[in-house]
Amino acid sequence: MSKQPQSGDRDYGFGTRAIHAGAIPDPVTGARATPIHQTTSFVFDSAEHAASLFNLQTFGNVYSRISNPTVAVFEERVASLENARAALACASGMAAQMTALLAILKAGDHIVAASTLYGGTVGQLGVGFSRLGIETTFVDPSDVDNFARAIRPNTRAVYGETIGNPLVNVLDIAAVAEVAHAHGVPLVIDNTVASPYLCNPCDLGADIVVHSATKYLGGHGTTMGGVVVEGGKFPWDNGKFPEMVEPSRAYHGVKFYETFGDFGYTMKARMEVNRTFGAVLSPLSAWQLLQGTETLHLRMREHCRNALKVAQFLQQHPKVRWVNYPGLPDSPYFELAKKQFRTVDGLPGEGGKMPGASGILTFGIEGGAAAGEKFIDSCEFLSHLANIGDAKTLVIHPASTTHRQLNDEELAKAGVSADMVRLSVGIEDVDDILWDIDQALDRATRGAT
Amino acid sequence: MRQTPDTISTLRDILGRCRTIAVVGLSPQWHRPSYFAAKYMQSHGYRIVPVNPLVAREGGSILGERCFASVIEAEQALAAQGGRIDMVDAFRKSEDIPPLAEEAIATGARCLWLQLGVMNEAAADRAEAAGLQVIQNRCVKIEHARLFGGLGWAGVNTRVISAKRPHQLPY
Repeated sequence: MSKQPQSGDRDYGFGTRAIHAGAIPDPVTGARATPIHQTTSFVFDSAEHAASLFNLQTFGNVYSRISNPTVAVFEERVASLENARAALACASGMAAQMTALLAILKAGDHIVAASTLYGGTVGQLGVGFSRLGIETTFVDPSDVDNFARAIRPNTRAVYGETIGNPLVNVLDIAAVAEVAHAHGVPLVIDNTVASPYLCNPCDLGADIVVHSATKYLGGHGTTMGGVVVEGGKFPWDNGKFPEMVEPSRAYHGVKFYETFGDFGYTMKARMEVNRTFGAVLSPLSAWQLLQGTETLHLRMREHCRNALKVAQFLQQHPKVRWVNYPGLPDSPYFELAKKQFRTVDGLPGEGGKMPGASGILTFGIEGGAAAGEKFIDSCEFLSHLANIGDAKTLVIHPASTTHRQLNDEELAKAGVSADMVRLSVGIEDVDDILWDIDQALDRATRGAT
Repeated sequence: MRQTPDTISTLRDILGRCRTIAVVGLSPQWHRPSYFAAKYMQSHGYRIVPVNPLVAREGGSILGERCFASVIEAEQALAAQGGRIDMVDAFRKSEDIPPLAEEAIATGARCLWLQLGVMNEAAADRAEAAGLQVIQNRCVKIEHARLFGGLGWAGVNTRVISAKRPHQLPY
């Protein structure tokens, strides 16, 4: 009776899925690499076939604003890497979080979100969504009870980031998920900084994950993109989400949860948000992001190894006041990192069980704001730009750039001090990264004590 | 524990061998999930045998196929033409499954398939003991599209990893 597992029954590892998931050979040509389906539209076989496609009675492609075979490979790839059920690609990370939330929110609804979110997200929720009649309460995420206290009867989503930016704080995803679920609402997690390699929020209780694929997923800094991921376990028929269970007004009477079950949310987001608001990913961009995703596991290990070495180097450097990196054992976030993030081989400490903590870290430079600006200008190959998650090491002084408009009080609230320098540690040779930091620190702090 | 492993190879085997499907609880309304699933399977080469007592009472048909009041009745009509029912696909409440399992056993079906949200351990045990393969809480359309192509176009994680060129087109 006992049968050997056949091909297709194996639980493949992360690296195998990073290379293969979603991409079987092309059935017509046998092409092994994913073809770029650079087409707006797809022919119907007949009026009957067209009707079936429009009614969602069969799966297929109609128009690339709804779905595209190249984009679909990227969607399935990320869904697989997140141990999730389904995914929907968007034009950028901002488009992804907008799509994720508009799929379930309407005017009069309320969000509880971490106050330490990326500034662009604070703007989208706090200003953009408030114009649409959706209100957000921002809470200090270091105390999970703050989320519970802010929840109201009209709250329909709880929102946080696995690793914040630029505070580099780590969220206790399981604890926040418990709070959200006790109130019958889904937890939405931005997993951009950790990447699916270090953390799968759905395994910790999150229901929806969003990514800016522009960062680690792509890794090359060439291509904008975002993705919404559905875990597939949230009970959308709990009474709080009638639009998930009742006939859709936006898509001629389809009941998304009943018809599509554990990917009903993704279908709703695709048909009611992406199709009608239009912030979709282009096939060429999807292909470029797929090239990056194939090496995600290799790159993330290297980002983690390099970032820890940089953090340790900075900790003992006389011109550095403080270092904030959740991969340092004395970081207040180290225990959460250990609990939630994948172990990365080759990190010293913890008996070989050191968690990878991604590549973002901040430090305070002796001499404050003036030295911070001078440090940036003194770097030879560390790139001064407003992005993260590139293969290249990136550096920025938030107080004089991204957070320039804020006064001292607002800076303090955002967790940005005048002396703060943010590094997105790349995968160049670490000795070269350390050399550039050291010589730039020397030039920036000459004369300072 | 089910004897029918819920694996890609088992599901592929079931969907490859079961070509005639009695769809119990098939609705004549186009926007109902049962109609979605049956229409999809029909257009992918499967014979659909509708089982719906209300429609059968009026001598009606669904998707161009004559409707029957029960699986037994459907099996008798097919046997008269030299056919058989391979799979009983249930769009019914979980508590209504035991008598349906008996019908599936009596008609010699190979597989009892219970759709999304439908589960009945006692009925599943009984059908497996009688030699049927039993799948619970899965949609026949979604699994077909997952394993033979098409579902990935909707961004769903099919879990299919392969370097073999598919020998059928996914539509």
